[in-house]
Amino acid sequence: MYDFNYHRPKSLADAQAALKGKPEARPMSGGMTLIPTLKQRLAKPSDVVDLGGIKELAGIKVEGGGVTIGGMTKHYDVSVSPEVKSNIPALAQLAGHIGDPAVRNRGTMGGSVANNDPAADYPAAVVALNATVTTTAGKHSADSFFKGLFETALKDGELITSISFPKPEKAAYMKFPNPASRYAMVGVFVAKTKDGVRVAVTGAGPCVFRVKAMEDALSKNFSSAAIKDIKVPADGLNSDIHASAEYRAHLVGVMARRAVDAANK
Amino acid sequence: MTAETGIGARVKRKEDQRFLTGTGRYVDDLPLARATYAYFLRSPHAHARIKSIDTSKAKAMPGVVEIFTGKDTADAKMGGLICGWVVKDKHGQPHKAPPHPVMALDTVRYVGDTVAMVVANSHDEAKDAAEAIKVDYEVKPSNVDLAKALKGAPEVHAEAPGNLIYDWEIGVKADVDAAFAKAAHVTKLDIVNNRLIPNAMEPRAAAADYDRGTGNYTLWSTSQNPHVLRLILSAFVLGIPEHKLRVIAPDVGGGFGSKIFCYNEETMLTWAASRVGRPIKWTAERAESFMTDAHGRDHVTHAELALDKDGKFLGLKVDTIANMGAYLSTFSTAVPTYLYATLLAGQYTTPLIYANVKAALTHTAPVDAYRGAGRPEATFVIESIVSKAAKELKMDPAELRRKNFIPKEAFPYQTPVALQYDSGNYPPIIDEAMKIADYKGFEARRAEAKSRGKLRGIGFSSYIEACGLAPSQVIGQLGGGVGQWESAQIKFNPTGNVQILTGAHSHGQSHETTFAQIVSDKLGVPLEQIEVVHGDTATTPFGMGSYGSRSLAVGGSAIMKAADKVIAKGKKIAAHLMEASVADVVFENGVFKVAGTDKNVPLGQAVFAAYVPHNYPLQELEPGMDENAFYDPANFVYPAGTQICEVEVDPDTGTVEVIAHTAVDDFGNIINPMIVEGQVHGGIVQGVGQALLENAVYDKETGQLMSGSYMDYTMPRADDVPSFKLGYKVTPCPHNPLGVKGCGEAGAIAAPAAVMNAVHDALVPLGVTHVPMPATPLNVWQAIHGGK
Repeated sequence: MYDFNYHRPKSLADAQAALKGKPEARPMSGGMTLIPTLKQRLAKPSDVVDLGGIKELAGIKVEGGGVTIGGMTKHYDVSVSPEVKSNIPALAQLAGHIGDPAVRNRGTMGGSVANNDPAADYPAAVVALNATVTTTAGKHSADSFFKGLFETALKDGELITSISFPKPEKAAYMKFPNPASRYAMVGVFVAKTKDGVRVAVTGAGPCVFRVKAMEDALSKNFSSAAIKDIKVPADGLNSDIHASAEYRAHLVGVMARRAVDAANK
Repeated sequence: MTAETGIGARVKRKEDQRFLTGTGRYVDDLPLARATYAYFLRSPHAHARIKSIDTSKAKAMPGVVEIFTGKDTADAKMGGLICGWVVKDKHGQPHKAPPHPVMALDTVRYVGDTVAMVVANSHDEAKDAAEAIKVDYEVKPSNVDLAKALKGAPEVHAEAPGNLIYDWEIGVKADVDAAFAKAAHVTKLDIVNNRLIPNAMEPRAAAADYDRGTGNYTLWSTSQNPHVLRLILSAFVLGIPEHKLRVIAPDVGGGFGSKIFCYNEETMLTWAASRVGRPIKWTAERAESFMTDAHGRDHVTHAELALDKDGKFLGLKVDTIANMGAYLSTFSTAVPTYLYATLLAGQYTTPLIYANVKAALTHTAPVDAYRGAGRPEATFVIESIVSKAAKELKMDPAELRRKNFIPKEAFPYQTPVALQYDSGNYPPIIDEAMKIADYKGFEARRAEAKSRGKLRGIGFSSYIEACGLAPSQVIGQLGGGVGQWESAQIKFNPTGNVQILTGAHSHGQSHETTFAQIVSDKLGVPLEQIEVVHGDTATTPFGMGSYGSRSLAVGGSAIMKAADKVIAKGKKIAAHLMEASVADVVFENGVFKVAGTDKNVPLGQAVFAAYVPHNYPLQELEPGMDENAFYDPANFVYPAGTQICEVEVDPDTGTVEVIAHTAVDDFGNIINPMIVEGQVHGGIVQGVGQALLENAVYDKETGQLMSGSYMDYTMPRADDVPSFKLGYKVTPCPHNPLGVKGCGEAGAIAAPAAVMNAVHDALVPLGVTHVPMPATPLNVWQAIHGGK
């Protein structure tokens, strides 16, 4: 690990001040990606601004017919939250299967969404549930937030304060974990709302994406049979020692069908 | 007393008090005053010429004490690392032995090859300076693909033309061919034994110190065999006389073979300690362990089995290419020959066997012994081809095995591949395994699984291993450079408690408990009054260390011999004290007695008399009670067993789940059943890991290690395996005093074939005949869908 200046502000305003004018400064939420990156000397930030001391950023509220979750809310807290479990059980279930207990007790929703790891779970939930990402600069729709591999709509110094998830009629997340890392090799979040069905895929491509053909079919008939013949093209999907693009494309179909079945249970 | 703590007792491990309370003492824990820290700069290329190394900027950085490169080692005329086993090829010529410099001289040959050593006041300063070293590389073509190594791939060493280290054979090919000509059926098999990375929980570490007052060196190392390491460093590499070099292997957190070998880093630390004038410490980062610990397995094999019309085996032909990596590690040459091809008879009466083994170089980390070393590879070949033959002949896999088992009456049994099995009785083992696994109920379970959309399969693996290395004269005839006896010393203190000094080394094997149980049982000393001392060349007798499931069979036997000497001497002392004839003294439960009288002398009283010899036959007997023994085994020991694995495959995803796994073993007599269970459990998990999860993958273009962290190298975890069902059958080893055979590797030897046979059995309904190992979801899915 290279040396850096460490800050632990107590308020959002102090955090923004600590980041301001420092292009090499990095905010840190749970640190579950940043700390290993630092330890491996793969990043050399001038400053690390630890958001862990900002009380206002953590917490779960039921409001506006959905659930709003503070950016610094830990995966564990999401997974056991009665509010989340009663309104969006699929989201609680997803949170309960991120990483391992140590990661779930440190890692945060805002950190995961801001990092936009192609194999992270939360981006699939944000997109499928059509959540709204609220930041220090304003609001982003789910579809406009995730831009590409580790890329989001966040500008330098912009911090996620909360994410608001509308309550779906039905939803489920199915993850096929990478055998080694247990990140999502393919994860499919399916959500049925009054506006239709959204199917969001993580792990398979460079960034979370929606499968329109499945959404259209499921909007007409929300059953796994409705999508059994829909093939996702392998073009542009990730290929590595654990899964070829073709295998990932195949798994998207399997996980989507299983997610629909689970949502219907 | 001995019933609770002696041979056969399920005694809790003495060492766990410190291991479970965080008071173990590992190399990295050593407090060394004025210590410096080493960091090794490693090659980022698989093959490159070093045009220049500029350390000037790095040397000026804060905290840097010294920087060494290959040039410094050449200037000091340092020897290279050695391969300690000379294998003669099929023409009688010794294997090619390319140089293995401790630091790269002008060429790097794998990603991770050692380029420079920075010594600094802290680890971070050493690392900072290493980043400032400028190395100008001329990148050259490389090859990491074993299948291509002997087919005109870029050469790793000029000294090994065509990358061939040896072309070795065993058996007479013409005789085997003749047997094949008469065969009613021939089964053919092409398999790859996947490359593994050992992943001991504690990474390799070393610390070295030089005392300029005495000229003595001390090396603390995570070694499985400190005396052997000292011998190699002294006699071949550094030239420090053995009596001036002390090697200490304190608590060591696992080795699995990877810590047998003499490595670059500990060599450099020892050498540099005298030049720096301060102690030097080094602990591998996990990424370095992945890159530079000697890897295991990595064979490409074609095999053919000839059978007659009744299913009797007539002959076996095996062609194997074995990966050696970029340099020959300490015992690398022996693994695919004498620890592999000599095991190809398995548990069967196959009368004729021919094996050809070609050892090849690639631009990858050295490959050497890893839990089982050669024997898992042999078992995988035999047990895969036998199960495949059963499928082709539509025979029950257990029945085909049983038909070909060596019968009980045939022992000692001379195999056609040099080994003579001393003892065994295989049919009751497979019977017991089938009973425990409920083989009869399998088809019903398969049908039930099918109703859930799952494909259930069952697989057998009946393994044999030769371990308890080994009769020294045999090892010498085969080209081994060392003896393979073991030593022990039983040292009583005047107050009657005991130290057992052993040349074996415990890095997870529980010697501190097992060896103490032997002495407790044999001499009647309470377990808590016995201490096992190991791992320090200054305090323990010269010994060969621990690997190849040898510690109990060979080291335990040495302890028994030393205990016999204690009893013999004690009898003389007791006879004197009881005014009896030595011939009339018997030793029972820790007490010397004169038969037919009530005279008795407890061992402790005899020991006290030996140290305070006021009433003692000093004219005939030396004082003291401190007995040494060396034990050289008459033969290998031959544990054998059958594992039965049951899996379910999800045909939609290719996922394999191990539902049940049974192991019935013949380890001879068992000292501590709880410890044996732990060894078997761990071994099976490693075997399941090889079968389903673990794979060391290098990028074929760049030679980079793709599976270089736990993000990409799949270690087995608790939720990957079921609870195991174990059983035992005992045929005591006839040639060692404990009747023991060794249990450390069996699980890992047998499990891969059992799991893979189960996977293949499950996939029969889909017409799949071959799934590569490891049977990852991707590999299974591709096998089902014709390789996309």
